[in-house]
Amino acid sequence: MAARIDFWATLTDPLLRQNPVTLQILGICSALAVTTSLATALTMSVSLTLVLTLSAVLISLIRRHIPDTIRLIVQIVIVASLVIVIDQILQAYFAEISRALSIYVGLITTNCLVLGRTEAYARHHAPVPAAVDAFGNGLGYSLILLTLGGVRELFGRGQLFGWQAFPLADAGGWFTPLGLMLLAPSAFFLLGGLVWAIRSWRVEQTEALEHVPPARTMTVE
Amino acid sequence: MAETDRNPWRRFLALPNESRAKTLIVAFLVASICALLVSGATVLLRPIQTANRAAEEQARIEALLRGIPGMTDLLAQSGGALSTVVVELAKGRAASDVTAATLDDALADTSNWTALEASADIAGLRQRPDFAQIFLLREGGDISLLLLPLTGQGYGGRIDAILALRGDLNTIAGIAITGHSETPGLGGRIEESSWQSSFAGTELRDASGDLRFAVARGEASGPYEVDGITGATRTGRGVANMVRFWLGPDGYGPLIRAIERGEF
Repeated sequence: MAARIDFWATLTDPLLRQNPVTLQILGICSALAVTTSLATALTMSVSLTLVLTLSAVLISLIRRHIPDTIRLIVQIVIVASLVIVIDQILQAYFAEISRALSIYVGLITTNCLVLGRTEAYARHHAPVPAAVDAFGNGLGYSLILLTLGGVRELFGRGQLFGWQAFPLADAGGWFTPLGLMLLAPSAFFLLGGLVWAIRSWRVEQTEALEHVPPARTMTVE
Repeated sequence: MAETDRNPWRRFLALPNESRAKTLIVAFLVASICALLVSGATVLLRPIQTANRAAEEQARIEALLRGIPGMTDLLAQSGGALSTVVVELAKGRAASDVTAATLDDALADTSNWTALEASADIAGLRQRPDFAQIFLLREGGDISLLLLPLTGQGYGGRIDAILALRGDLNTIAGIAITGHSETPGLGGRIEESSWQSSFAGTELRDASGDLRFAVARGEASGPYEVDGITGATRTGRGVANMVRFWLGPDGYGPLIRAIERGEF
């Protein structure tokens, strides 16, 4: 028997130590696109976590019977079908939010995070650890999305989940919304800042330099 | 352990993963189960989605009305309600045997559709329904606002819209895009109210009666143009052709002339 898997570590590692977004830089496209408000970020997080967990379980169940030659396409077909089902459910019961997310729910299919986890973990582990790992990674992704979404909504509109946290200057308050926060570049800045902050705090996450810069030579003429 | 298992399922599972038969069967099974899952979800959830879309369209019509300056006052004066009529497009008059309730059934019958010739079919529709449901607001005896549903071919697929015309039947009061599948961020920006608001006040015809309406490439110049969207030339052309088709002789042209003659 293989050594007992430490479920707690499997679940909590991806939150910070192995975070899929800030350490592995996966799933960036959606992390930038849907974080203009907390509501869309939350829906996207829940959808991705659900798809990731379900597909990890399904792939782990049939892991011994997936021929190696077609394993990628089998995984993608399973992930894509789950994504379509989730998208249809969102369109039926959360029409408003589904419109705000537009194509990004469909793009979960191509989110490297999902294929990365099924290919790297679910394919070699039993369903329960695979589900725990996928759920943990989903939570890690959600944590970053909600952080970005919260900061962008708070400073872009002065709201949290649509509730006015800062009184707006237009309405007699003191807060002038930062329009930049609602535009895509701000997500880059915030995410970059977040990655930098985490790596300064946890130095072991810093990647080794790919090139050694040449020694600086001074030329005096 | 050499005896072969009789159960075909176990025999299949015991095949080596790399055998051709197993590869084919696994691929087939995964594909079929996924196909069932996807079609099941689509079929089961379609009624709810259709209801959502209908509610959304209703909300868009209301938002369109609210966006037209002075509209709330007009509505309040006229008793707060739009009247709806199903019109027979070719004759430009109210349909005698089709009502709003039976319109869907009538349009399910292909004999109630007219094929369009390629030269006249600028909106890329191929065929056009013979009946359409319009909304209008009367002030005294005169029509003060006319809401016309339009549909046309955009870049990514069909665009559905509702165009509001003022009582002179030549000035656009507003437009609402009720459905489209254009590229998000480019052509998809036709659903933004900032773009739709540029329609208000735009004129359709010049003094000689020629249809001049167009979506400009870049900023609008002149009273007959609305601003184009950068990177969405074909969407803009689709919207312009849609408006030009539906206000032309194969669209609401006969109806508009009937209203001008005072027959409606």
